[in-house]
Amino acid sequence: MTKENNSHYTKKDFVSDQEVKWCPGCGDYAILSAIQSAMAQLGRKREDVVCVSGIGCSSRFPYYLNTYGYHTIHGRAAAIASGVKTANPDLSVWVMTGDGDSLSIGGNHFIHVLRRNMDMNIVLFNNQVYGLTKGQYSPTSVRGQVTKSTPYGSLDRPFSPAKLAFGASATFIARTTDTNAKQIEAIMLEAEEHRGTSFIEVYQNCVIFNDGCHSDYAEKKSRDDHSIILEQGKPMIFGGEVKKGLILDKLTLKVVELGDAYSEADCLIHDKTNEMLASLLVAMDANASMPKLYGVIFAVDDVIYNDQVTAQIAEVKAKKGDGDFNKLLHSGDTWEIKA
Amino acid sequence: MATLTEVESVVIRFSGDSGDGMQLTGTQFSNTSAIMGNDIATFPDYPAEIRAPQGTVAGVSGFQLHFGSREIFTPGDEADMLVAFNPAALKVNLKDLKKGGTILLNLDAFTDKKIEKAGYESNPLEDGQLDGYQLIEVPVDSQTAEALKDIDLDTKSKKRCKNFYALGMTYFFYHREMETTLDWIEKKFSDKPELLKANQTAMKAGANFAETLETIVSTYKVSKAKIEPGVYRQINGNTSTAWGFIRAAQAANLPLFLGSYPITPASDILHELSKYKEFDVKTFQAEDEIAGICTAIGAGLTGSLAITTTSGPGMALKGEAIGLAISYETPLVIVNVQRGGPSTGLPTKTEQSDLYQALYGRNGDSPLIIVAASRPNDCFHMAYEASRLALEHMTPVILLSDGYVANGTEPWKIPDVDTLYASIKHKMLDPETVDKENWSWITRDPKTLVRDWAIPGMEGLEHRIGGLEKDFDTGNISYDPANHQKMCETRQKKVENAANNIPLQEIEGDESGDLLVISWGGTYGSVEMAVRALQKEGQKISLIHLRYIHPMPKNVGDLIKNFKKVIVPELNMGQMVHVINAKFACNATAYNKVEGLPFKISELKEAFSNALKEAQND
Repeated sequence: MTKENNSHYTKKDFVSDQEVKWCPGCGDYAILSAIQSAMAQLGRKREDVVCVSGIGCSSRFPYYLNTYGYHTIHGRAAAIASGVKTANPDLSVWVMTGDGDSLSIGGNHFIHVLRRNMDMNIVLFNNQVYGLTKGQYSPTSVRGQVTKSTPYGSLDRPFSPAKLAFGASATFIARTTDTNAKQIEAIMLEAEEHRGTSFIEVYQNCVIFNDGCHSDYAEKKSRDDHSIILEQGKPMIFGGEVKKGLILDKLTLKVVELGDAYSEADCLIHDKTNEMLASLLVAMDANASMPKLYGVIFAVDDVIYNDQVTAQIAEVKAKKGDGDFNKLLHSGDTWEIKA
Repeated sequence: MATLTEVESVVIRFSGDSGDGMQLTGTQFSNTSAIMGNDIATFPDYPAEIRAPQGTVAGVSGFQLHFGSREIFTPGDEADMLVAFNPAALKVNLKDLKKGGTILLNLDAFTDKKIEKAGYESNPLEDGQLDGYQLIEVPVDSQTAEALKDIDLDTKSKKRCKNFYALGMTYFFYHREMETTLDWIEKKFSDKPELLKANQTAMKAGANFAETLETIVSTYKVSKAKIEPGVYRQINGNTSTAWGFIRAAQAANLPLFLGSYPITPASDILHELSKYKEFDVKTFQAEDEIAGICTAIGAGLTGSLAITTTSGPGMALKGEAIGLAISYETPLVIVNVQRGGPSTGLPTKTEQSDLYQALYGRNGDSPLIIVAASRPNDCFHMAYEASRLALEHMTPVILLSDGYVANGTEPWKIPDVDTLYASIKHKMLDPETVDKENWSWITRDPKTLVRDWAIPGMEGLEHRIGGLEKDFDTGNISYDPANHQKMCETRQKKVENAANNIPLQEIEGDESGDLLVISWGGTYGSVEMAVRALQKEGQKISLIHLRYIHPMPKNVGDLIKNFKKVIVPELNMGQMVHVINAKFACNATAYNKVEGLPFKISELKEAFSNALKEAQND
């Protein structure tokens, strides 16, 4: 990892010369802007940053970011990014993807990149719908969602991206929303800081095909009552007028009102390194009445695939020396035919 | 009294249950023969199931080898000797034994139960169906046990030495020296002294026992072959392929990256390359075929010599990603070790039926370079060539191999790589020399149409590439109709231009005549031997064997013109023949076989003779 003092970068250095072509009002604009700001603060040279995407609205992202960028094929961004990172581990690799791209057509690559703990950042824009193909349901759509391909309501049970990532052995799971630029910026920086695969789910609004899908817990006016911003070592409390908190009752997480019966001291303290706690937190998505969690849900250190590739090569070279091709050609049984 | 006969060449087939060690036995015999100065060719023939039910025909594993005092190009049509470890092996292989050939069989395995399990209705040793063959019936199991009775080892381990007992016998019949194999056993079992002793003892006991049969069985001598002077080694096609890539990466001064998903019969390339970390080789066993090629594309974009290896079904899955690499104009080598299809087909059997897939198996007009290896030791050269063309032309290249070439072993004169395989000039930019203001990632060499290769880490050359159509000048997304036409033409022309960067087609035989045989890929050995045999008989027949499939060498059309008739033998239902006819309108006829097996020289001779008659009568 080469870290350079890049204080001379501003957000503008990461804006490409391409005209941004998302629908007016799309949540992607806010995410792009926040990530461009974060890029200027990464501590990485611009030429060492690679942005890889698949197919879908969110996957147009690399065109708008002034770094090396690869817009690939549907679902395969994580696989191509894995090749980039394994071949050159010095690069800062970012995968920009969506709920369709990563969780249906690219589901296999998504779980395996997390399992390998490849040192890269995966930003999943979750708008619970297929936008670019013009409005079919996605693997995160709520059951019963009426879309072009489900006029009587979808029958599928949705994935929770965070829970899926946790099940796939992710070492960093975070969540944010397109309505909170400051939080996006902060989480991107923390994700880059984390060594291993950082998975960030961003709740993103699709104004055309799924407008308002996240509004309860994403819009300013309502989100305080429907979401908790997790902070390491701090109690899990939330709420606008009425303060509420999250407690552990036997093995179940419960929301309680703070006041006479419960106080802040009864609430769970967030510890992103606690795997048992994380297993409960990622399971909250299944219950629509529970608040949504923002911030870093889980972050632990574990062995990193690309580090091990580098180390294994060094180890073999230390033992065998650099490869000698002529020696290889003459290894094993050879015989000479004389003139 | 038995005789010692001097013969030009011998074909032996070892055959038994897939757990009987037949591949090992055959390999030992062929290594010894090569070291003794014979030319050789081998063909392993094993079941798709790792351990199919014992004693059944499904579980039969075979290894055929052909050794001689002349040039050997194929493992041979028919065996002179069949070594059959059980009734199933006899049942499966008898049809490939020469009439009057020798059968060495393990009598202990011919019990009623095993005979029935093999699917025989009556005992083949008694019902007369082996009349006319020379039978050597030996109770191999019990004689091995007897020979090893003083060795402190369990019965099961002793029984497993029976292949060396039989090998010892064959060494006596064919006057093979035992040292190479005894040394191999010594190394292999250096930490298991009892097993070492058991296997060596079994082998010697087998040879000694064979000597006692001398009065009734003939022995054969095969003299050294006249072979070009040099240092030789044995190599199989997949190893040869892997080494070709390692050398190409060195010649290009780039790291080597392989992204691959295991699939028969290509996995051995992954196994082989995973050994060579000291050569900066990175191998990535991906989660699926698509990730195999996608990781390779990522590595290629990042400045590695990028490879992916697979077989037909995997090729089908990689199709979209190959299109992406074409659209990116990024270097990538895709190896397809062909097997019988369609679908899962015949995983362990050979075929060359993926030519159409290589040429046309993608959406859109998506041209790329295709090359094919002609024999096991040619894989090294063609893997190097595939890499060279990918790097010099910034394009994906498909290297077609096949199960026969991949698993076949033959001697290889070790090349002088420091002069013959020394340098590949890839297109990677030196950022210092680039006029960054006026540069775009799609900047092309006006003559070859090959684009520059700029990789992450190069300051000031940051750029975005996608699978969407690109503007010819800026490389930005473009939906302009005229631009798409221009880009399709450019991609096509760029690939066609590679014809200026490959050798002209060689012709074997006269440059004009009655019949021209056009073959390609792994059929070279049998086609060459059939053509040569007919040439010796005075027939006006010549051969062009294609290794550069797309684009083809520029002189192919001219070579075809001087023959009355063209025939294209292929292990498929007829693919290259249509390509040839579409390109050259030469009314070529086809000779096809899809039995999962290589061509026999005899069947090709017959087909070519018939075609010659037609040509002469026209």
